[in-house]
Amino acid sequence: MRKGFLCGVYVLLVIIAFSPSGCGNGETIKIGTIKIGINAPLTGDIPKVGEGTKFAAQMWLEDIQAAGGLEVGGKKYPVELAIEDNESKAESAVKVNTKMITEDEVLVIVGPQASKQAVPAGGIANKYKTPMISPWSTNPDTTKDRPYVFRTPFLDPFQGPVLANFITEEFKFTKSAVLYDVASDYPKGLAEFFKKAWENLHGPGSVVAFESFTTKDADFSSQLTKITNSGAQVLFTPQYYNEVALIVQQAHQLGWKEPIVGSDSWGSAETVQLCGKDCYGLFFSTHYAAAGATGATKEFIDRYKAKFGYVPDDVAALTWDSLRIVQKAIQDTGELTGDLKKDRNRVRDAMGRIEKFKGITGEMTFTEEGDPIKCAVIVRISDAGEFEFYKSVCPTG
Amino acid sequence: MTFFFQNLVNALQWGSFYALVAVGYSMVYSILMLFNFAHGDIFMVGAYIGFGVSTALIALASSGAVVMPNWLILVLTILFSMFLTSFVGMIVERVGYRPLRDAPRASAAITGLMIGIILQTSTLALLGARRISFPSLIETTTYNVGGVFVTNKKIMIVLVSLLLALALHQFVRRTKWGMAMRAMAFDYATVPLMGVPLNTMVAVTFAIGSALAAAAGILFGVAYPVLDPYMGILIGWKAFVAAILGGRGSVMGATLAGFLLGFTEIFVVMIFPSTLRDLIAYSIILLILTFRPHGFFGEPYSARLRL
Repeated sequence: MRKGFLCGVYVLLVIIAFSPSGCGNGETIKIGTIKIGINAPLTGDIPKVGEGTKFAAQMWLEDIQAAGGLEVGGKKYPVELAIEDNESKAESAVKVNTKMITEDEVLVIVGPQASKQAVPAGGIANKYKTPMISPWSTNPDTTKDRPYVFRTPFLDPFQGPVLANFITEEFKFTKSAVLYDVASDYPKGLAEFFKKAWENLHGPGSVVAFESFTTKDADFSSQLTKITNSGAQVLFTPQYYNEVALIVQQAHQLGWKEPIVGSDSWGSAETVQLCGKDCYGLFFSTHYAAAGATGATKEFIDRYKAKFGYVPDDVAALTWDSLRIVQKAIQDTGELTGDLKKDRNRVRDAMGRIEKFKGITGEMTFTEEGDPIKCAVIVRISDAGEFEFYKSVCPTG
Repeated sequence: MTFFFQNLVNALQWGSFYALVAVGYSMVYSILMLFNFAHGDIFMVGAYIGFGVSTALIALASSGAVVMPNWLILVLTILFSMFLTSFVGMIVERVGYRPLRDAPRASAAITGLMIGIILQTSTLALLGARRISFPSLIETTTYNVGGVFVTNKKIMIVLVSLLLALALHQFVRRTKWGMAMRAMAFDYATVPLMGVPLNTMVAVTFAIGSALAAAAGILFGVAYPVLDPYMGILIGWKAFVAAILGGRGSVMGATLAGFLLGFTEIFVVMIFPSTLRDLIAYSIILLILTFRPHGFFGEPYSARLRL
């Protein structure tokens, strides 16, 4: 009994001693350093996405350091990046965000990348009134009713119709099939938006097979057999690169000869490496096309390639843009007060005011919801396995 | 009708993996009354070892030192990897289970889970989180048999796993080692008194189970060429279900139940929406177990290694 009591007291003491903002004045940052949190999937299902994020962030930090720090209102501040791994899990992304906000005391968060993590993590950032910008999440829920959450890519309600229209115009098809992961926010959301857009064009029932699986499945033969037998003319599968390889190869082995179309999650540097020849000639929508880029985009690609040895995928480019938006927002505040709460609010306001920001993935102006209005690119995987620009689709009106 | 046969072919391939992994669970259980929960991860380690061996053999063949056709590389990869992975199994037994042999069964089961996590995370630490693409050793050829699409890989996978299951069956039934195993499953305490070395027998059991898991891992890599350190978890759990369904300790039962599980998963999707696949498939399994709690070939209060 006595022992238990002592133990309890000890635990309590430890908790008090280490609690960051329990009763102490933990809300002010050391004037002089700007801390930016990066919430990235360094391990787990999509490590290549995490790698691209980290590399782009390192390049950005180099630029800042070369300039002697980030200049805000005539004063130069050194910048520190807190890069944390969310293991590509929703619950870990929430933990990472909470830790970065309450313990690391970051001014602003970049990430998480995939909607599966960004949707729940965005709630935390909004709750703690910390500005967050997701470079890659396209699910509307990430920013919906969250004034503190922004994003760099276009949205799935835009991407779904873009793809439905593209397939209709390009191939003149009327019957499509969809295969998606029902346990993940991004594919599930996009599959539904695509279905809605397709049925708007071709009438109800024109999506002849709407099949799903769950994360970590490797065998899709039963779903694909159903799809092959459904009379569909095209297969749409908004999956991540590790699943794309398996789905495309198995579809071909089951006698599927029609086109397979994907979404921006295909745009990883590893898609073709894992998928091989099976993926040549397929189309997907994305944020930018590396082959044939010009201007600042080409400059970024060349620098990244020279430094890390491969062509950056869309995640790297979007992370780069996100960090530059963050940089602009911080600079637009005019000055940093040193009061973390106040500064976070000021950065948020400045970010909301950004107009016609010229990023390497296109020009961006944020809406009320914190979503940019920008164009999508349709990419064709060439016979050499490169991502070739095919056409650009912009929002109308 | 072709729709049905296509699914039959799919199910045969998918069931092969469950069968090969489930046998390993069952063998260990029959002797030690213990489910080796690290078995799914030994399957994963086997796949990675297979990746290493095949990469080395391909390098050797392309350097011109030895002339090897690709099918020979695949055969050698399977044999070498089974051999190497059997040592992984024996190490797991020596380090993880032997010190706990007289501990409560729950502690030993937890040890299995921990070893599984250690295997996953050390693979992650060793090779990084990058997905590894298993080298395609044989060119995929697709045959169209009256509308049913069969690949040479599918045929090979089903044949190899049936062959291995049959070989194990013969081993347990016809050899002295097999006899000792059966005897030990019958009475774990008395058999060592008859001069059968307990530790050796347990090690051999782990070695065989792990070797089969390695074979399954390589075949898995051939069929689904994207390897990741967590690939063994799901298949491990499902194969465990198959081992229970087959009747704890029954080699033939585990094989059949593995195939049955594959069939159930595939055919549920054929009839119902795929979103409900595991829900319906595992409800069916639960129903079977409700009416046959000891599985197909299991007997109450006994875990004898049966055939």
